[in-house]
Amino acid sequence: MSGDSVEPLVTAVQPLGTGTIIGLEIHCQLNTRSKLFCGCSTDYRDDPPNTHVCPICLGLPGALPRVNRAVIEYALRVAKALHCEVPLESEFARKNYFYPDLNKAFQITQYDRPLAVRGTLLIEGDNGEKEVGITRVHVEEDPGRLVHKGGTDRPKYSLVDYNRAGIPLIEIVTDPDLRSPKEARRFLHKIRATLEYLGVFDSEKEGSLRVDANVSIQGGERVEVKNITSYKGVEKALTFEVTRQRGVIRRGQRVTRETRHFVEARGVTTSSRSKEEEQDYRYFPEPDLRPMRVRDWSDAIVLPELPDARRTRFITQYGCSPEHARTLTGELRIAEFFEQVADPGAPATATWVADTLIGELNYREMSVSSVPSSYFRELMQALSKGEVTDHCAVEVLRSLLDQLHAKGTCESPLACVARLGLGKAGEEIAATVAAEVICENERAVADYHSGKNEAFNFLIGQVMRKTKGRADPAALNRALKEALDMRGE
Amino acid sequence: MGTPTLHFSPKDRYNAFLTTVEDAPYCEGPLSGRGVAVKDNISTAGIETTCGSLILKGYTPPYDAHVVDLLIRAGAAIVGKTNMDEFGMGSTTEQSAFGPTLNPRDPKRVPGGSSGGSAAAVAAGMVDFALGSDTGGSIRCPASYCGIVGLKPTYGRVSRYGLVAYSNSLEQIGPMARTVTDLSNLMVVISGYDPRDSTTCERPYRHKPHPSVKGSKVGIPEEFFGEGVDPRVASVVWDAISVLEEEGAEVITCSMPSMTYALAAYYVICTSEASSNLARFDGVRYGPPVETHLPWHEAYSERRRIGFGPEVRRRVMLGTFALSSGYYGKYYAKAQVARQMVSADFSRIFNEVDLIAGPTMPSTAFPLGEKTDPLAMYLTDILTVPANLAGVPAISVPCGEVEGMPVGLQIMGRPFEDEYVIDAAFTYEQGVAT
Amino acid sequence: MVNEREVEHIAHLADIGIEKGELEEFTSQFNAILDYFEVLDRIKTADREDPTLYNVFREDEVTPSLPQEAVLENTSQKEEGFFRAPRVM
Ligand SMILES: [Zn+2]
Repeated sequence: MSGDSVEPLVTAVQPLGTGTIIGLEIHCQLNTRSKLFCGCSTDYRDDPPNTHVCPICLGLPGALPRVNRAVIEYALRVAKALHCEVPLESEFARKNYFYPDLNKAFQITQYDRPLAVRGTLLIEGDNGEKEVGITRVHVEEDPGRLVHKGGTDRPKYSLVDYNRAGIPLIEIVTDPDLRSPKEARRFLHKIRATLEYLGVFDSEKEGSLRVDANVSIQGGERVEVKNITSYKGVEKALTFEVTRQRGVIRRGQRVTRETRHFVEARGVTTSSRSKEEEQDYRYFPEPDLRPMRVRDWSDAIVLPELPDARRTRFITQYGCSPEHARTLTGELRIAEFFEQVADPGAPATATWVADTLIGELNYREMSVSSVPSSYFRELMQALSKGEVTDHCAVEVLRSLLDQLHAKGTCESPLACVARLGLGKAGEEIAATVAAEVICENERAVADYHSGKNEAFNFLIGQVMRKTKGRADPAALNRALKEALDMRGE
Repeated sequence: MGTPTLHFSPKDRYNAFLTTVEDAPYCEGPLSGRGVAVKDNISTAGIETTCGSLILKGYTPPYDAHVVDLLIRAGAAIVGKTNMDEFGMGSTTEQSAFGPTLNPRDPKRVPGGSSGGSAAAVAAGMVDFALGSDTGGSIRCPASYCGIVGLKPTYGRVSRYGLVAYSNSLEQIGPMARTVTDLSNLMVVISGYDPRDSTTCERPYRHKPHPSVKGSKVGIPEEFFGEGVDPRVASVVWDAISVLEEEGAEVITCSMPSMTYALAAYYVICTSEASSNLARFDGVRYGPPVETHLPWHEAYSERRRIGFGPEVRRRVMLGTFALSSGYYGKYYAKAQVARQMVSADFSRIFNEVDLIAGPTMPSTAFPLGEKTDPLAMYLTDILTVPANLAGVPAISVPCGEVEGMPVGLQIMGRPFEDEYVIDAAFTYEQGVAT
Repeated sequence: MVNEREVEHIAHLADIGIEKGELEEFTSQFNAILDYFEVLDRIKTADREDPTLYNVFREDEVTPSLPQEAVLENTSQKEEGFFRAPRVM
């Protein structure tokens, strides 16, 4: 299609970051007890469809919205943590569009008078720490949920559940300050941590986060990528999109302004042929609600310790490395778990949580909140007392996590050690095993006594195999040497 | 012992009711056993609420509007739902999907609208009082045409919770009755703060009307007697004003220059809000069902084409246009400024006078089917819309006749001085009676 | 002034079907009304007035929802507790 394109051919392959401009629109569900405009409970996830619904959130004729004070307070906490300005007056507006998940055919959101504007958030950028600008923070209602029926390629109709309709969302819009998909992911992680530390958001609830991204690369127009619903998805979607745009330009074509959808299962973005460009939302102030003047509330908010402050404290209080401190404070649950198990007498605990535990949890897609901290502490104590080896501790941990994963409970670490015979083998066991190995390997023993050192390595290997790595290698070495020397005499 | 009921089976020769409740239950209270008719855009639990539209045919709300709740608790019997222009969009009740209501004073003429069914039910004596709603004159216009009393309260004085929205920022539910005393009694019951309506105020109406205009100043804006007002109506209204003068009021002429913009501003605002309010009628959650095997956009368009009458479609499209990208500043934003100008005019005039009076409607009720041009119809609202734009209380009280058809005297007051407006209407009513 | 194509576009935005036979009359009525609205062009923009009522909130308390039967009472198109709606894909 680009016969008359005047775009220069870009031949050099650039690294993913170069010339990339990304801005994010992040929607998070705020964890208030009741919905944004009615008293229906927000705890809908395990319940049947249309059971958390009233005249207001069903959009029945004549019902009127009422603003939940806590939603505004939560959003102001976020605004303050992001160093935003709170304008003297803000208001709700209607965004008018039709879609079967939208109960009133408009969404109550905020438009030209948002709750907060112009903030910043510090992240670990591609070239060290950087400040990302926050354009605005506002609140709005979640629409309902659609289920497509009649097959995946051509559903015949939709099913609608309005339980989610009216759940409060906070929308955070960034300036186009992010320069790579990786920075976008880090930004998202930092936002998540900040919101969790503020006690306004629970990232573990399914569907509690949705991200739209604006992406452009040098020489191309801005493309909006919608429908990113996971943390991992952000980097994947953006990497795909940046690569796609580079390909388009490399082929001498034009990146045109459009809206694309991220298809998580396939890791690709696809052009949505819907007439997004034609959308005309006809915003106007919500006439059923009054304006808000909440700047003084914001002034009165005392923020809790946020991720950056906690990171610094972990370094000084627990002697964590800066890297571990960053990992341990990157998620509220991890940070709190660490504080429960940390022991100044056992400095290795930080490594164990930050590297081993998180790795094992991620592998099983489990949350740290399912791990009893007392058990983890017990395991760390056994380790520091020398009752188990590092190797055994990992095995115990894996076994415990498998049990938790399967049934939500597990035995105690010491019970596990006993059951699997993973206790550090004592000197006696070492001696017995050494004697056994000597009896079973006459030739190697003879070789050893004739001065062949490789023979000792072979024998120690046999000993280790018999003890399955549970015994302290130094003790085994000692015991074998002793037994061989006794025979040689 | 069972709940007492009021038997209600009137001969509805004027098509005033869309639904009647033959044996309406009631409880003890100040209105014990008295029948009240409720406009069909006010939600009644378990009683069909259609707003005069096919798109809500068969819809029975699972909840009561706040005012209905208050009426029931005051002992009133809800005897039926009254006919109206579809969603309140009209000034004659001819826009009802269920046929027009006839004017009991002359069944060949319109009863006014949009609360024409309520006005006719009261005027014909089927009930003592009724609830209407007034977005740009929808209580006062039919009150004037049918010869009864109707009040549009101060905005925020009566909860809108359960009133099917047409234009949220303009409309109020209000009482309609044959006498000012009955109207006042109904107002006592329905007014007051409701936490479910964020635009209500803690200003309950607890008043008994008494004749008192002695010493008050009544402003007469010259624009209320301008071009377009039937001179015979003007003359009847002037006579009524002189009755107030005889009762001790001082009459002062004044001017409301913002009247130039008021009607255009009103129609921009009400159609804009309506375009959004009426978007939810898609046949998914209530009303005659939408065809689910079509793509949603096609299905909705068809459902809404069939479900809405021409005037509703016209206003929804006008409002959609007024809010659309590129036109918002030209229409909606300017209309808001005009609205502020109207409020400013009222404030300025109310610095010098206590009440404003003039005709309610530029003419008396005209024959059914006579006015077909939409703009010509809109122009009949010119005298009633200023009160809605400014949110001030306004009453229409019968003040005479032209060729046998009633004329209404409109009296407006300062915000939250509904009591004063009612007292003035009471003074006129008593002054004429003696 | 708007033409018939623009009126069709508005009908599309408002999701209200309009038939070819209605277009001409709708358009002419539309234009008569828009012509009347022109009076607003004479108004200069102005600052918004201070609101008399603001900060109206409710507390974060859970109140009972409707029973599912009541939620679905007004539609015949339901399936396993869901509303049935037209397809979107
Ligand atoms: Zn609800």
